[in-house]
Amino acid sequence: MTEVKETPLKKVMIICAKASIEDVYAALIMANGAVMEGIEAKLFFTFFGLDAITKKQMNKLHTGVVGNPGMRMPNGWAFPTLLGAIPGVEAGVSAMMKKQMDELDVPPVDEFLDMITAGGGEIYACKMAADMFKLTKDDLCEHVKAIITVGDLYAMSGGDGTQIIFT
Amino acid sequence: MAEKTYAGKTVEVTDEGYLVNREDWTAEIAAEIATEAGIELSKKHYEVLEFLRKESAAGTSLSIRKVGKSGIVDIKGLYQLFPGGPLKYSSKFAGIPKPASCV
Repeated sequence: MTEVKETPLKKVMIICAKASIEDVYAALIMANGAVMEGIEAKLFFTFFGLDAITKKQMNKLHTGVVGNPGMRMPNGWAFPTLLGAIPGVEAGVSAMMKKQMDELDVPPVDEFLDMITAGGGEIYACKMAADMFKLTKDDLCEHVKAIITVGDLYAMSGGDGTQIIFT
Repeated sequence: MAEKTYAGKTVEVTDEGYLVNREDWTAEIAAEIATEAGIELSKKHYEVLEFLRKESAAGTSLSIRKVGKSGIVDIKGLYQLFPGGPLKYSSKFAGIPKPASCV
């Protein structure tokens, strides 16, 4: 019999590359949950995920209503793709989702980032994606500690009990 | 379930050390549970514990966001009061069940 030894999780590096509500919130909830448990957390936003930390976009995230098999009508029927193509439908569905999250005490993105950084979590933006979308530090919210390269990210990922999570 | 003696009183606790009966709670018991976690309770700590006990008794699902909006302490302050477990430790010291919220 081999002895199973558990090493407690000490640090999580969470990477978010998409801008939909569910992708961004998965990253935020995991990061916030980590700091609440005393686990060090660093969040790295790249590609479309940058929307979550871009001042102009961060509180206007949407969820995809087209090509999303999990999307259902309130009565449980599959959400028709053609309905999702009508202007305003995506915004309406997204607003409804945000309202439901608010009822569960899940805050808007900027307040969530406040909570995570208040607990010692750190927020980073990907240099390559920022260059690609022509974003500078001024376009990003004040929670962002720095715009870093992938090399910087790996340099921060050292130490026992560290996990890299791609949401 | 297990039994523990805090401040001269034997109380039932869960495997994770949360009081089973919130009526068992006293300020002295809170102080001893906190000492086990390496935290010394101040007046501010007790204000948070009172808030949590009141909200929990009213059936509210607690989150650090609610505590942050209580006017007692902001979220950063809450982390400073209860390092490594702002909701987990505060709930434990307040003698209320382990938080069931993800935020």
